[in-house]
Amino acid sequence: MTASATSAASAQDNTSAGQDKTNAAGSRGSQPPVPEGAITITVKIRRFNTEFDDEPRWESFQVPALPTDRVLNLLHHVKWYLDGTLTFRRSCAHGICGSDAMRINGVNRLACKVLVKDLLAGGGKATTITIEPIKGLPVHKDLLVDMEPFFEAFRAVKPYLINYGQEPTRERIQSAADRERFDDTTKCILCACCTTSCPVYWTEGSYFGPAAIVNAHRFIFDSRDEAAEERLDILNDVDGVWRCRTTFNCTDACPRGIQVTKAIQEVKRALLFKRV
Amino acid sequence: MQFHKYDVVIVGAGGAGMRAAIESGQRARTAVLTKLYPTRSHTGAAQGGMCAALANVEEDNWEWHTFDTIKGGDYLVDQDAAEIMAKEAIDAVLDLEKMGLPFNRTPEGKIDQRRFGGHTRNHGEAAVRRACYAADRTGHMILQTLYQNCVKHGIEFFNEFYVLDVLLTEGEDGPVCTGAVAYELATGEIHVFQAKSIVFATGGFGKVFKTTSNAHTLTGDGMGIVFRKGLPLEDMEFYQFHPTGLAGLGILLTEGARGEGAILRNASGERFMERYAPTIKDLAPRDIVARSMALEVLEGRGAGPNKDYVLLDCTHLGAEVLETKLPDITEFARTYLAVDPVTEPVPVYPTAHYAMGGIPTNIHAEVLRDNENVIPGLYAAGECACVSVHGANRLGTNSLLDINVFGRRAGIAAAEYALAHDHVDIPENPTKVVEEQLALLLSEHGHERVADIRIELQATMDANASVYRTEETLKQALHDVQALKERYAHISVQDKGKRFNTDLLEAAELGFLLELAEILVTGALARKESRGGHAREDYPNRDDTNFMRHSMAYKQGEGLTADIRLDYKPVTFTRYQPMERKY
Ligand SMILES: Cc1cc2nc3c(=O)[nH]c(=O)nc-3n(C[C@H](O)[C@H](O)[C@H](O)COP(=O)(O)OP(=O)(O)OC[C@H]3O[C@@H](n4cnc5c(N)ncnc54)[C@H](O)[C@@H]3O)c2cc1C
Ligand code: SF4
Ligand code: SF4
Ligand code: FES
Repeated sequence: MTASATSAASAQDNTSAGQDKTNAAGSRGSQPPVPEGAITITVKIRRFNTEFDDEPRWESFQVPALPTDRVLNLLHHVKWYLDGTLTFRRSCAHGICGSDAMRINGVNRLACKVLVKDLLAGGGKATTITIEPIKGLPVHKDLLVDMEPFFEAFRAVKPYLINYGQEPTRERIQSAADRERFDDTTKCILCACCTTSCPVYWTEGSYFGPAAIVNAHRFIFDSRDEAAEERLDILNDVDGVWRCRTTFNCTDACPRGIQVTKAIQEVKRALLFKRV
Repeated sequence: MQFHKYDVVIVGAGGAGMRAAIESGQRARTAVLTKLYPTRSHTGAAQGGMCAALANVEEDNWEWHTFDTIKGGDYLVDQDAAEIMAKEAIDAVLDLEKMGLPFNRTPEGKIDQRRFGGHTRNHGEAAVRRACYAADRTGHMILQTLYQNCVKHGIEFFNEFYVLDVLLTEGEDGPVCTGAVAYELATGEIHVFQAKSIVFATGGFGKVFKTTSNAHTLTGDGMGIVFRKGLPLEDMEFYQFHPTGLAGLGILLTEGARGEGAILRNASGERFMERYAPTIKDLAPRDIVARSMALEVLEGRGAGPNKDYVLLDCTHLGAEVLETKLPDITEFARTYLAVDPVTEPVPVYPTAHYAMGGIPTNIHAEVLRDNENVIPGLYAAGECACVSVHGANRLGTNSLLDINVFGRRAGIAAAEYALAHDHVDIPENPTKVVEEQLALLLSEHGHERVADIRIELQATMDANASVYRTEETLKQALHDVQALKERYAHISVQDKGKRFNTDLLEAAELGFLLELAEILVTGALARKESRGGHAREDYPNRDDTNFMRHSMAYKQGEGLTADIRLDYKPVTFTRYQPMERKY
């Protein structure tokens, strides 16, 4: 399954998600001045406040935006000027903290790392951007989901350096090549874009998911670490790496450009090599 | 209301908070309260490096590092603290390596080091390679490594808990710290944490400015909470503007780029830093580079259609260096400005970056309530604290160092204090302050929008209190901030719900920002000299006779519009006499 196929699947959910209500601009007082060169975007957001709502619904907002704006700017515009109850997480605003993973036009992205111009269909004319929470984790409020199951899987793979030997007085020596061996997987910001784009994770939440495996990989292939066996045992579990069907959704989704599926393959190979 | 009792409570889970937690958690019953998930903290955004005189690639020693830190801070640094930081830097880096941090390596497999602004060999002779780094995601690796080790040690986190008040109990010899009050984002419930010691590690307040490298969540809550208790904040007028923010956006491009050889140029392609700092040029400290850039633009030599930025030229570094040593910033330029640093120079302009000032502490991370006395049980570390190791201007890579050295010290001190003392009763009605604050924000008493006030605050701070300041601009800023505070009394919060009410918390955060902006401007007005990051056009020289001293700002009276009283604290000297700062 590819990322665009995932988006088709989400379009089906849309129809079952009830009403599509358009919210007139100005519900929170006057609007800030529209910058020169702005176009009007229809931002269609899947809303669900578990405190008051029985089921999710779609709501659309008209938002002026520059092509170079981040999707996060659109969400802020809605929250700050149209509807203060819209809820999502964000912090760094430049793709480094991992707070704002969401499904944008059916694909998992960080809202702060995707620009309006990259989402506009042909020639930059006004268009609709659809935003939903990431899938597979319980929704708490609008775009904000329960991250606990995700972090639980991360913690389960012993994501820390384990070394049983005597600590040297200076640093441990590691060759540049050994350091390079696990460089890719050190980039992970735990945003969950990968895990929540994984069709296996959607259907079987007990699967560790790609992010946890990426973080296990980061230590299994670190020459300073001595607990590869322990982690491989954990990942050999029924909910471990063998669940992965190599569909590459996770790799396409990763905002850090990590070769997620490749890392999973390397863990699988390590298991086969050691066990078979 | 829910009640919890711990030995130590740490507020904040960035680098400083988690480094403290690792120490404290192994000694005493510890809880970490954090408004963000730990790995979302802005320490993760730090790029270039963390310095220590390891001398892995060339001769270096911690005394040179101490000197650079003091000179870089324009002699407002407390020299005993700087010496401790430079000395303990070496173990701080080695500790992180042992915890698993994947530093870049030299061909011999040692931790690699690179050049950074203001770090020199032998008291200013030439730039020295002192910054330990992991590509251009050093902060990310520090944050991840510390979180991994918290997982390893089973540290207890209360994620998405917003601390809004600290509890002080009047004792025989003055106030004692007895707890903290937090708002749980998920439920809207108020939690009281009684503890023997509390460590504040809540980070900076860059969001008082519009153009900033700081996260949306860096709103200075910890500093604001402490200030509201009548405790002082130190040197708040010293705010650092980092030279190389992406023009118009403020997203940071690390100084490590210049450490690897990138060059700043004006519109005509001139390497203008040769004129301002002939010896170390582009690697002069940040205050000097930021002012030089601003001058180039003011004098009409800026680049671009509006001549309002300069250019960071990395093109001669080659794709290989950019992709391997500076991959993240290369991607930032591509993603957010559609500029490819491999082939084109990148538009840059100074961006509000770092608070040198903060909650005053001594070298044991104990919080001061005046120039001499501490509040027993109250600690602070990291960007929210002021030890003061950065003085009037922080050197690059010294903050990641600060959070590790003083985070560790705070964790140990807080735990040891807790082990040696009993719990003291918390004050009666511990939730009163927070309940009233939130009720006021939620009540219907006006229609001012949080976003409008915040945007106007940031606009006036950018225009009037940034790289260059004058009496006139600062008075304008003060007038604007005070007017905005009046309007803040009439804000309306639209979300009245209990669950995940971020609308309410943005309003609370704005309250802190307004207060901190006023302190910054008040301190800047009173400091009629130019020193480090504080540059007064009307007082262009450093004035050691009148201003070689820390500012201490106290709140006078109750409520948001209360007055600020300024006092002063002497600088600690050990062996370095102030000299003119030339590079
Ligand atoms: C883009 C960028 C690049 C940088 N690069 C470098 C570099 O290369 N080298 C260097 O030395 N320095 C660098 N710095 C500076 C350095 O990264 C920071 O000063 C440092 O990381 C601050 O760490 P901290 O632990 O004090 O705060 P943070 O990491 O900001 O953590 C603050 C913590 O406090 C919590 N918190 C805040 N308010 C509350 C509240 N009310 N209740 C509960 N919790 C709260 C937050 O959840 C968070 O966990 C950089 C800074 C930036 C912005
Ligand atoms: S490659 Fe494996 S882990 Fe990644 S999305 Fe596909 S099944 Fe899931
Ligand atoms: S591997 Fe990539 S997508 Fe997955 S959590 Fe890490 S950074 Fe996010
Ligand atoms: S807000 Fe930090 S990754 Fe998007």
